[in-house]
Amino acid sequence: MEMTEIQKQILVLTQEGIPITSSPYQDISQQLSITEEEVVKQITLMKELGIIRRFGASIGHRDIGITANAMCVWNVPDENVEDVGKLMATVDDVTHCYARPRHPGWPYNIFTMVHSYSRDECLAIAEEISKLTGIDDYKVMFSEKEFKKIGIRL
Amino acid sequence: MIRIDETDKKLLNLVQLDFPLDTHPFRILADKTGIPEDEVVKRMQHLLDEGAIRRIGPIINSKETGRVGTLVALKAPEEKIERIAELINSYPEVSHNYLRPGDYNIWFTLSAPSSQRLQEILEELRQEIQCPMMDLPTTQLFKIGVKFKIK
Repeated sequence: MEMTEIQKQILVLTQEGIPITSSPYQDISQQLSITEEEVVKQITLMKELGIIRRFGASIGHRDIGITANAMCVWNVPDENVEDVGKLMATVDDVTHCYARPRHPGWPYNIFTMVHSYSRDECLAIAEEISKLTGIDDYKVMFSEKEFKKIGIRL
Repeated sequence: MIRIDETDKKLLNLVQLDFPLDTHPFRILADKTGIPEDEVVKRMQHLLDEGAIRRIGPIINSKETGRVGTLVALKAPEEKIERIAELINSYPEVSHNYLRPGDYNIWFTLSAPSSQRLQEILEELRQEIQCPMMDLPTTQLFKIGVKFKIK
């Protein structure tokens, strides 16, 4: 997807976060010599084009008590990956769901991220997913430490 | 941990997925919640200062910008974990990096402008770290919502 120069500049100027003021796009519009309406229009367009997945607030989930985060890995028969992946994605507490390759000694080919208020809740959610899909070869891996977490930057 | 009240929760749930795309977004949030705009701004700034909101901005679709990414897991010896994690973090292309229990204990995500750069980083890390490493690129994406159920 080709972006225009103005679109690129808008991404660079907003990616660290817009200021929380009654006119958050004022500075950006002045720097780019365009109107605030045009800034908003371009962001809307980039969302429609799929350049931006979403425009919103990133939540410091740990700081508000959503401290448990589990990576659940599932060993799913190859021919069922598509159906099972789609089904797992329907679970509200699943924030991410991907298929990934197996490796020697690593049979797990679907990865789901589950975020919740406690480890017990995460375990219960994993169990619920297992019942829902009939996949019982799985592992729940909690994160013991966050070394780094940032969004993708240009 | 920060204390948030029902109004804060309402605001957080409103701005997670679809922040109003408008020149005066907080005025729209004020209309939606029935709270005056200046109080919305004050509350949002407080939530940002306290870390409940990390930032309000674009979540860039890495695929559409031509970036390629992967998830990497490696088996690091206990005594080297911190040093290895630091080395991994030194790459700006690394967005997430976690310690998890099990043989594969360090898990991180990489996003690079080209697959050539991605392979280059993986090779550098293999050489430097000398531990078993699994490259786990996404073969199919079923969900990437990152919307939390704030209760």
